[in-house]
Amino acid sequence: MHRSPPPGRLSQIKGLSGTPMNDASVPRTPVPCVLTATDLACSRGERRLFEGIDFALRGGEWLHVRGANGSGKTTLLRTLVGLAPADTGSVSWCGTDIRAEPETYREAVVYLGHPAALKDDLSAAENLRVALEVDGVAVAAEALDAALRRLHLEGEHDLRARQLSAGQRRRLLLARLVLRPARLWVLDEPFAPLDAASVELLGGLLRAHLDGGGIGVVTSHQAVPVAASRELVL
Amino acid sequence: MSALVEGATVPAAAARAGAARTHGPLFVALRRDLLLAARHRSEVFTALSFFVVVTSLFPLGIGPEPELLRRIGPGALWVAALLATLLGLPRLFASDHADGTLEQMALAPRSFALQVAGKMAAHWLVCGLPLVLMAPLLGLQFGLDADALGVLVVSLLVGTPLLSLIGAIGAALTLGVRGGGALLALLVLPLYVPALVFGSGAVEAQAAGLSVRAHLSILGAMLVLALCFAPWATTAALRIAME
Repeated sequence: MHRSPPPGRLSQIKGLSGTPMNDASVPRTPVPCVLTATDLACSRGERRLFEGIDFALRGGEWLHVRGANGSGKTTLLRTLVGLAPADTGSVSWCGTDIRAEPETYREAVVYLGHPAALKDDLSAAENLRVALEVDGVAVAAEALDAALRRLHLEGEHDLRARQLSAGQRRRLLLARLVLRPARLWVLDEPFAPLDAASVELLGGLLRAHLDGGGIGVVTSHQAVPVAASRELVL
Repeated sequence: MSALVEGATVPAAAARAGAARTHGPLFVALRRDLLLAARHRSEVFTALSFFVVVTSLFPLGIGPEPELLRRIGPGALWVAALLATLLGLPRLFASDHADGTLEQMALAPRSFALQVAGKMAAHWLVCGLPLVLMAPLLGLQFGLDADALGVLVVSLLVGTPLLSLIGAIGAALTLGVRGGGALLALLVLPLYVPALVFGSGAVEAQAAGLSVRAHLSILGAMLVLALCFAPWATTAALRIAME
């Protein structure tokens, strides 16, 4: 009944599916962190969204996930961060299945999804502070102000989130990327509501993140100012 | 762009040094929800005014019959408290679910269950505690004497957290369901029955000159049990709702 589309395997790495998942003899810290997806398949209801997704991302690499609306980009990202379960296959971080050590993985990943995750009744600064506190990161007021300034939101410091424009709300979320240390960024359409200058700004953040050995998984319909290390078309 | 490059790495290094740690996840979630409640005071007063209005309707409807009012008083106050707690439940997780905050809480590298427990505590402080404080005043309408009012307050003090804990499980289970509010009431109200029986039973026992210790002990035992299991049950339901 439901034909599955040919799975996108543009960035498949041969031999990686055989990587041992739980090799306890390998010390974790010296191993450069790798995000590995092995034979991932997800469906929504009866419909198979994608299957046979294999990739491995090392420090400094970012994966551009593309595809038509409804092709499962958001589902893939949610599966990668561990919010949605995969039908088959697994995601591992530094060689460990993310379900085995979820807390270690969550420490390393920051996910910006479609919903803004902002509270309309809180000010921009309060929203940022609360979001970081939830992650267990305490920031000094000066660091917070500096981050808001970097995202050109210094004038919106005390403005309620409901009064911010779509682009300003997105930039407020991006301020989290500056303040919250994370090795892996999983960003769902981060460029969508941004103006040209802000796209450049986020491009700069992404470049700095990659230069620092970070990994990124980003969906975007727009051109991204940083050249993608890999592409995956769903 | 060089300022950007610097900025992105410096706080990361600072945080990795381990200096930056906030309060526990329970406290952070509790404080956040209280801050939101303070910004949205109308929601706080909805439950309380509902409680006041409903309990005031009984004496008005029944008329000046002190004996009858004294009989039904504890039960009426408890039923009203139960329904008032129910009012705030659909919103407990719904707005966080809708705006993606709940996902971020689930993804935080800290115990999701403790964050959920913090939200439950906030729900009780906002929707439950005001009822407890208001109850003695409303009890006067039913002609309850000072001793009965004391027992009523103690039973509500132990009972309303129990209502918040059980209600949160129901709120999590009905999250994202269309018409979830009615379903939530159907799901949760039967589970409230033991709390109602032993809560109002304590006040009646006191009126009958019996010891209230048994009733309050059972109520307390149920609270301890709910404290142990409700956050985890709620967390599991929330994770399913988010999939």
